[in-house]
Amino acid sequence: MAEAAVAAHRFAVGDRVRVRRAYPPGHVRTPWYCRGHAGVIERYCGAFPNPEELAYNRPGLPPVPLYRVRFSSKELWPDYAENPADVVEIEIYEHWLEQA
Amino acid sequence: MSAETAGYYRRMQAAVEELLVLRGVVTREDIDAQVAAMDARTYHRGAQLVARAWVDPAYQARLLADPKAAAAELGIDTGPIPLVVIENTPGTHNVIVCTLCSCYPRMLLGVPPQWYKSREYRSRVVREPRTVLAEFGTTLPEGIDVRVHDSTADMRYMILPMRPAGTDHLGEAELATLVTRDSLIGVGLPAAP
Repeated sequence: MAEAAVAAHRFAVGDRVRVRRAYPPGHVRTPWYCRGHAGVIERYCGAFPNPEELAYNRPGLPPVPLYRVRFSSKELWPDYAENPADVVEIEIYEHWLEQA
Repeated sequence: MSAETAGYYRRMQAAVEELLVLRGVVTREDIDAQVAAMDARTYHRGAQLVARAWVDPAYQARLLADPKAAAAELGIDTGPIPLVVIENTPGTHNVIVCTLCSCYPRMLLGVPPQWYKSREYRSRVVREPRTVLAEFGTTLPEGIDVRVHDSTADMRYMILPMRPAGTDHLGEAELATLVTRDSLIGVGLPAAP
């Protein structure tokens, strides 16, 4: 795993995004619990070789932009029982995100 | 890993290690040196960064802006993986997990505790963080927000806990002894002086 490259990327800090509700087979780094949910871009982390390719010994290039996305815990789980202001921040690759 | 399968994986690991050595891919010395390097890294590295940040606000700002460069200032090499330091504040408490596997800031905290890798911690801390923290003996003040950081990809995280009250008279070395491993993960708070 190397340091981040900086690449052209689609989303800016504060943008509303939604995680694709997709369930492809194989190695994926997008947790199930956030799929289909909307959040806000917290930061751009740089671009990294695609782990969905790396897992099968392929180069994963060009690098994929990676973001930290902030989700309200209440948005992720409507029955979330603790403080409604709580959040979860998750690293998500750009090809999993669409404009919300 | 159950007791039953541990035997299987341990045997497989030994077989792979033996083959790598026989084929000349690595030497026994390489393996021993890596194990020694891994054992030499402990959370005291992270504690050192936190104690410096507590006594030097300019250093704290650098630690949050560029953790790798700030660690290098103290002679700590954090390697190639990007690092994010997240600051606890009076209004927000932060905690780290990797819900997908067990990504952990080994460069600053060493080998992860068993519970960090458990399915129970990984599935529950995102869903009911206060309940999980309470089981660690950590009670948060009323009204504080919890921010859970799921380390799912290429970043690694360390929490910068708040300096405990009543420590104005302590120097950097003494402050470092108050920083617990769990406070750097976010399931705990620093020890009282």
